Amino acid sequence: MPNVTMTVNGKKMSGNVEPRTLLVQFLRETLGLTGTHVGCDTSQCGCCVVHVNGDGIKSCTILAVQCDGADVKTIEGVANGDELHPMQAAFREHHGLQCGYCTPGMVMSALDLVKHNKNPSEPQIREWLEGNLCRCTGYHNIVKAIKAGAEAMAKARP
Amino acid sequence: MKAVDFDYEQPRSVAETCRLLGETGREARLLAGGQTLAPLLAMRLARPAVVIDINRIEEFQGIDAEAESVVIRACTRQSRALADPIVQSRLPLLAKALSFVGHVQTRNRGTIGGSLANADPSAEIGLAALALDAEIEARSATASRRIPIGDFFISPMVTALAPDECLTVVRFPLPQGAVGTGFREASIRRSDFALAAVAVQLVLERGVCRSLAVSLGGAGATPVKLTAIEHKLLDTRLGDAELAEAGRLAHDAIDAVSDIHASAAHRRRIAGALTMRAIAEARDEALAGRA
Repeated sequence: MPNVTMTVNGKKMSGNVEPRTLLVQFLRETLGLTGTHVGCDTSQCGCCVVHVNGDGIKSCTILAVQCDGADVKTIEGVANGDELHPMQAAFREHHGLQCGYCTPGMVMSALDLVKHNKNPSEPQIREWLEGNLCRCTGYHNIVKAIKAGAEAMAKARP
Repeated sequence: MKAVDFDYEQPRSVAETCRLLGETGREARLLAGGQTLAPLLAMRLARPAVVIDINRIEEFQGIDAEAESVVIRACTRQSRALADPIVQSRLPLLAKALSFVGHVQTRNRGTIGGSLANADPSAEIGLAALALDAEIEARSATASRRIPIGDFFISPMVTALAPDECLTVVRFPLPQGAVGTGFREASIRRSDFALAAVAVQLVLERGVCRSLAVSLGGAGATPVKLTAIEHKLLDTRLGDAELAEAGRLAHDAIDAVSDIHASAAHRRRIAGALTMRAIAEARDEALAGRA
C-alpha cells in the first residue's frame, strides 16, 4: 500500500492507504478526524468540503494518494483551541444549524467564500452554497450566519 | 471502501501517460479532475484495472493566447479557466458557459479536457466548444491527430478518442470583427444538469449577421450544431421575425429525450425560447461592441 504524507491542520500526518481510498476516508478512518462528514459520496451534497492547498473541494471526490504532499484544512483546524472561529460563532449565534450534519461543509465553504470575497452579499452567498445541501432546509439562517461571520472576520482582522 | 481495487499510476509526462494507455490487456481510466470518475468509481459503475492520474503533469496545465486562437491544455481547472484574463477577454462564450458548470467546489477540481472527454450530453464546456468550432488534439503512444469538435461527440459519454488516445489540448479559433456571444441554460436548480442549453457566437458587420454559430445541448444524446438556423439567419439583421423563426427551427430540429426531469416536448419548447434569447443576447452584445 502506498504511503501518503500530508499536512493536516498544520501537522504532518501520514498513513498507508489503498489507492482507492478517498481523502475523506483517510481523514475520518485513518486520522480519526470525523468532523468531515460523508453525505452522498458522489460530489452532490458538500458535507465533506475541506480545503486542499487553499481551495474548497469535496473530499469524497479525490483520492488520498492524490493529496500526497498537500496542505489540507478540515473543520477541526478552524477553531483556536476552545475558542470558536468567528464563522463558527456566527453559525451558533444565528441558529445556522439544525441537525448539524451539513455544518462542517457549510463552514468550510463559507471560509473559502470569505477568502475570495470579504463582504459577500446574500445572492453571492447563496450562489456559493450551490454545492452545499442542507436537508433540514435551514438555508435562511445559514446565509444569515455566513453574512455575520464574514463581518465578524473583517472586524477581527481589518 | 466503495470503489473496486485498482492499480494507481502517476505519470510525470504526456509521453508516459500515452505509453501507459497503450499497454494492452487491462482497462485503464485517466483521472483528471475526477468529478465524474470518482462518483462512478464509488458507485462501481466504473471498474478500471488501473487509474492513471494526470494531475501532476505540467504539460497538461495552462492557457496560451496565440495569434488566431486560444489554447487550453487538458488538465486546466475549470475555476482557473473561468478566472483567466485570456478566457475572459478572448473567449467570452466559454467564460459564460463555465459559470454554469457544476459549482465552485467541483470547478476547483474539474478540468476543461476532462469535461470534454467525459462527453456528458448536458455539459456546458462541450456545448461552448461546438459553437466556437474548437479543435481537439489527441495523442497516443505512436501518433497524434487533430479532431474537429463536430466529429468529437459520438453518443452520451462516448467520443472519437480511441482507448489508447489521450486528449492533450483544445484549441479555440478567434473570430474577427464585431463579435457577440450568448449562453442560456434552463435547469431545475442553478447548478444542476441542463434540461436544455444554447450557446451562440456571431459576427455582425454594420448590424448584419455575417457569421453565426448556434449549438444546443442537454436535450439529446450529444450537443448539436443548429445549422438550419445558421443558414436561415445569415445576412439578416436578426430582427424579431428572424429570432422567432430561429426559435421555431430549434423547437422542430432537435431530437429531444424524455426522462424524469422533463418531457421531450418541454425540452423542445425550452430549446426554442433559449435559442431566441441567446441569439438576442449575442446580437445586442455585438451591437454594443462589448466583445
